[in-house]
Amino acid sequence: MARHTSIESTSNRRWAIGFTAAAAFLFVLYHWIVPNSPQPVHDFVQGWFSNANTNEMIVYIIMALGLNVVVGYAGLLDLGFVAFWAIGGYVAGWLMSSFLGNFQINIFGNPAPGLEMGIHITFWWVLLLAGGFCALWGIIIGAPTLRLKSDYLALVTLGFGEIIPQVFVNGQDINGFNLSNGTQGITPIDPIKFFGFRDLGPFDLDYKFVIYSVICAGMVMVSLRLRSGRLGRAWLAIREDELAASMMGVPLMRTKLSAYAVGAFAGGLGGVVFATHINGVFAERFNFSISIIILAMVVLGGMGNVWGVMVGAIVLSWINGIGLQQLGNTINTTFNTDINFPSFNFLIFGSLLILMMIFRREGFIPEARTRLVMHEHDRDNEEVQ
Amino acid sequence: MSALLEVRDLTVAYGNIVAVQGLSLDVHEGEIVTLIGSNGAGKSTTLRTISGLLKARSGSVAFNGERIDHLEGHETVAKGICQSPEGRRIFGGLTVDENLELGAFLRKDKAEIAADREYVLGLFPRLRERLTQKAGTMSGGEQQMLAVARALMGRPRLLILDEPSMGLAPVLVDLIFETIVKINEQGTTILLVEQNALAALRVAKRAYVLESGKIKLSGDAAELAKDPEVIKAYLGG
Repeated sequence: MARHTSIESTSNRRWAIGFTAAAAFLFVLYHWIVPNSPQPVHDFVQGWFSNANTNEMIVYIIMALGLNVVVGYAGLLDLGFVAFWAIGGYVAGWLMSSFLGNFQINIFGNPAPGLEMGIHITFWWVLLLAGGFCALWGIIIGAPTLRLKSDYLALVTLGFGEIIPQVFVNGQDINGFNLSNGTQGITPIDPIKFFGFRDLGPFDLDYKFVIYSVICAGMVMVSLRLRSGRLGRAWLAIREDELAASMMGVPLMRTKLSAYAVGAFAGGLGGVVFATHINGVFAERFNFSISIIILAMVVLGGMGNVWGVMVGAIVLSWINGIGLQQLGNTINTTFNTDINFPSFNFLIFGSLLILMMIFRREGFIPEARTRLVMHEHDRDNEEVQ
Repeated sequence: MSALLEVRDLTVAYGNIVAVQGLSLDVHEGEIVTLIGSNGAGKSTTLRTISGLLKARSGSVAFNGERIDHLEGHETVAKGICQSPEGRRIFGGLTVDENLELGAFLRKDKAEIAADREYVLGLFPRLRERLTQKAGTMSGGEQQMLAVARALMGRPRLLILDEPSMGLAPVLVDLIFETIVKINEQGTTILLVEQNALAALRVAKRAYVLESGKIKLSGDAAELAKDPEVIKAYLGG
């Protein structure tokens, strides 16, 4: 719509500047300020806001933005999103390591010395390949199930999210073929080349942060553009009222499938990024709780709202990663107690979800439309003529 | 002249329950045709089958000389059949303007969409005052106006109105029916499904009376309005 365009492009420019500024600040912080700071400052930052956790945060933001397309934009509940994270991770494992040793393929790849066997494809291509492969899986799982009512759909995705990681856990001997190396996982993953001039090993977290931020920015941009485009409107219509949407000419199956495919693509990206972050793929890390945490990020942040979802991802991944442990340690040393705070993780998430559903159903930073839908009952009386 | 919409021997069933049996009806270009009948007579089932949301067990639906009974819901919209559904089903969380925009979902001709937007806002000036308001917060009458306006935004060759007067105050019923006539005068063919038989027969050219899934009577609307049987059953005579 013409009259919104100018406002939209200004706010687009604003977020791009804000995002770049925040990323640049964090890079300078981790690359220069922290190493050159006195020990207490160094310890404080690495304790409370370690750069490993910040990189993990970005993985979660990418994943949550992907799930947001499925849950927030199109209104389809997905309880098994971790499956795409796992598949994306294994694509990186297969295509960026010496694991598939029967091959010796190198396409702009960057194998570590001595590990030239296997398939080595450049990180950027692997991102696209993993995204595409996950999107394909999204369509495979979506095509037969998207006709179902939403409750059944949730059950099917739940099953998918359980089955895929199990396949990888038990995949070291499928009729003699080693798919996943079982519980040992695939490691090491090829180092990323930092824009051509530097190999990024396990300790180059600050440079990796820059690369991950670029991917994350791409994901934000795609989310925003999709939302305001034709497909975004079709998703919105489906979320509001499926039958009415089809009466407007929205093709239901194709539109829902595309939401699944886009979400799965982002899941694949997250999987590759995470694999390069921890330099490996380990089947046992992909468990059900991750699906729930990502879903909680979307719901708590504000379904459908890109900024809300990002805030949700940052806050929850921080609590989940180091925040709770640090807070716990502080409390334990201050009050001389011995409480294992991280073991209360799910109690806290659960209570947080319940509290949010009672007091702020629409999330931290709600989407304007969601707020209205969530408070539909409040206005029922006014509607009666 | 062949009809714009031709329904022949249509039978629709939900499992073992036959809802519509051997129904035939025609709608010619430029007409208002009404399908009246009491609750559960099969009116909505007929409409849903025409618009592709249900599949017929047997019989055929042709639009503009082309069979459409195998098409999905969104494909019949592309052929030019737009519908204002029973119970309005507007997008409550979106603004009035966004609802209208979605009505034109399949169209790409921006200038013409803008012209049609002006046209429907001219038909329903109340909606113009409410363009930026969330549709779900409007009154029932306004929501009904929006449902009709949204269907018109698809620039239909055949506009289907399912119970447009349901649950509205009498003064609003009159307004809606006046507007239906206006829309028809602008050249849009209308298939009107109503429980309010009196009002429907007044505006329609021809009518079909549906009872227990079968067409019981059909013919000129004005004459049917005088038919003792119709008066007894539907007009409270």
